[in-house]
Amino acid sequence: MGIESKLGNFGVATTTLEQVVNWSRTRAMWPMLFGLACCAIEMMAAQSADYDMSRFGMELMRASPRQSDLMIVAGRVTRKMAPVLRRLYDQMPEPKWVVAMGDCCSCGGVFNNYAIVPGVDEIVPVDVYVAGCPPRPEGLIHGILTLHEKVMGEKIKDHA
Amino acid sequence: MLHEQTEITVDELRHLISDRALEGETMLLNMGPQHPSTHGVLRLLLELDGERIISCIPDIGFLHTGIEKNMEAKTYEKALVMTDRMDYLNNLGNNLCYVLAIEKLVDLDVPERAMFIRVILTELQRIASHLVFLATHALDLGAMSVFLYCFREREIILDIFELCSGARMMTSYFRPGGLWRDVPPGFEAAVRDFIQYLPARIQQYEDLLTNNPIYIDRTKMIGPISGEDALRWGLSGPALRAAGIAWDLRKSNPYSGYERFDFDIPTGANGDVYDRYIVRIEEMRESLRIIEQALDNLPEGPIRSDNRKFVPPPRAELSHSMEAVIHHFKLWTEGFSAPKAAVYVPVESPRGELGCYLEGDGGPKPYRVHFRTPSFAALQTLPLLSKDFLVADLVAIISSMDPVLGDADR
Amino acid sequence: MSVINAIELLQTNLGDKVLDVVTFRDQTSIELDKNVIVKACQLLRDQAEFNFLAAETAVDYWPEEPRFKIVYQLYSLPKKVFLGLHVMLSSDDLSIATIEEIYPNANWHEREIFDMFGIQFEGHSDLRRILMPHDWQGHPLRKDYPLGYEEVQFTFNFDEIERRKPYAKE
Repeated sequence: MGIESKLGNFGVATTTLEQVVNWSRTRAMWPMLFGLACCAIEMMAAQSADYDMSRFGMELMRASPRQSDLMIVAGRVTRKMAPVLRRLYDQMPEPKWVVAMGDCCSCGGVFNNYAIVPGVDEIVPVDVYVAGCPPRPEGLIHGILTLHEKVMGEKIKDHA
Repeated sequence: MLHEQTEITVDELRHLISDRALEGETMLLNMGPQHPSTHGVLRLLLELDGERIISCIPDIGFLHTGIEKNMEAKTYEKALVMTDRMDYLNNLGNNLCYVLAIEKLVDLDVPERAMFIRVILTELQRIASHLVFLATHALDLGAMSVFLYCFREREIILDIFELCSGARMMTSYFRPGGLWRDVPPGFEAAVRDFIQYLPARIQQYEDLLTNNPIYIDRTKMIGPISGEDALRWGLSGPALRAAGIAWDLRKSNPYSGYERFDFDIPTGANGDVYDRYIVRIEEMRESLRIIEQALDNLPEGPIRSDNRKFVPPPRAELSHSMEAVIHHFKLWTEGFSAPKAAVYVPVESPRGELGCYLEGDGGPKPYRVHFRTPSFAALQTLPLLSKDFLVADLVAIISSMDPVLGDADR
Repeated sequence: MSVINAIELLQTNLGDKVLDVVTFRDQTSIELDKNVIVKACQLLRDQAEFNFLAAETAVDYWPEEPRFKIVYQLYSLPKKVFLGLHVMLSSDDLSIATIEEIYPNANWHEREIFDMFGIQFEGHSDLRRILMPHDWQGHPLRKDYPLGYEEVQFTFNFDEIERRKPYAKE
């Protein structure tokens, strides 16, 4: 794994607590199994054999918000769904992150009308926006890796 | 902004639940809209006696996108992109339904080649949709490997769509009067490879499920419906055929040249979950037959009508024809106009009858577009199908109806 | 042709309540008086084999009168033919009898029309909103209801819209 070279003679590696915590957060980030529309199909494709999100420690999608760290808002958010979405977000334990997948939940997309919330960032704070209608599974994976980079730079006390 | 929403009260649903619920004898349980087995954002209010379902009240609309209203604000051709996003497992089928409605409304002819390619692509889309059905249906019943296999095969179909249109899902490839452009050179080989490859895979899924005793226990005589009831409740497509009624719009009211192909309509007997599964598996095989025939007889020729009042001229004409420039300018600024009349055009989507009611007002924008969607009808029958079954069976019943919430809510 | 039989059936039984017969691109639609819609559906189902209600929807002609048109699309499986029925409703009396008794699947279609156009269906067993939230104001598919267009953010107006955009808090 290449980690042996870092051990040295004493079997001890030095790092900061923050790095270890952030590293472990990114390597086992459990997304919530929660699809809204078209993007959910691409999210499923990203989970399946061809794209295989489990390479990034994300094979486990939890159906319960209480057990998940990451909310992938996959699809358009309607006015009727918005309160439900906010409640799900509130039920997730800290630390938690949100990826807005696709144009509809990033900015409303092609639907500029009475029924659609123009951007899910009006409901929940978004960390990463993934563009595309729908984004390809590679796009989603790129978005998640971007989120990992962001998490690696976080301070522990931000989530205190 | 958050629309402050009050919860629906028991009083409002008083006529749908039994008296025992008010006394606390039975339990009212909320399922969804965030639930992995509701296939999107379907919400069900269940009245349970132990594990047994006394009544089931579907609550849809969590994906109501206002597509019909939005289409009224766009020109006929621009509104096409909206239809892709309606039933997101049947994008090309929705395109087809809408462009057929436009073609009927303005009386526009489609060249042979375009019709054949439309048939090939919608049949591929049907297979892709049934593969997603199979994947999620098996996953809901605990068979994870089928999910992985089905999505693997679906990727090949999506690659073919990408080859043609540049997009995996939201293709907008069919246009009024034909296609956006001709299929690329590698298309035929790719499709032939796929139809060679798939039959063995379908056999593999069948090996995993069809005679699997666990699968049979969970599906046989679960959620049955008689043919008569299915018709009364407006079911169509595989759900109706599983109940023994061989109605397929491709046969009974052929469109886009389906009358030229030889295929059978698979039917079931009991209308239960198992039959619906078998019907869909057989439909995939029939679709392969149609694709093969269409490929063998694929004619050469133009792929878009040359009626310049509706179809923009090719780029090459613009440099030397003033008329072409005028048509180009008019079509891309104002769009074409349709008469003040209404048409209703149904097509057979993977889920059943998808109908487009299109009304023009003489101007360049549709006055009213309404889609009659098969998932809407399918969800309406859930209370009927799930009565007196267990909660675990409900999961099988929902997935066997193969609802797409974008289709039901629009 | 079987549609002609259906038209004759309605004309003999309902007389002058059959207001008009529209044929456009070989599709037939019969305009009926609103009081006879249940009877017409009953006749068509029992005597003309129209055993399937394919679709039911409405159209708003605001500000013209009569303002609404309710459209029924029937299908006959034995005859393989579609038949349209339509009924005009003026805005001072927005109610029509339900056909739920004849075609049970009209239940949700009529709920959708009620939700989107605000048309009351008399005798309907469960007339609640179906697509919009149950406490929503207004009926979105009416022509006098705005589309709800929001200004699009470009480079030139980015800052201005950014300032008033209601971002969510933690």
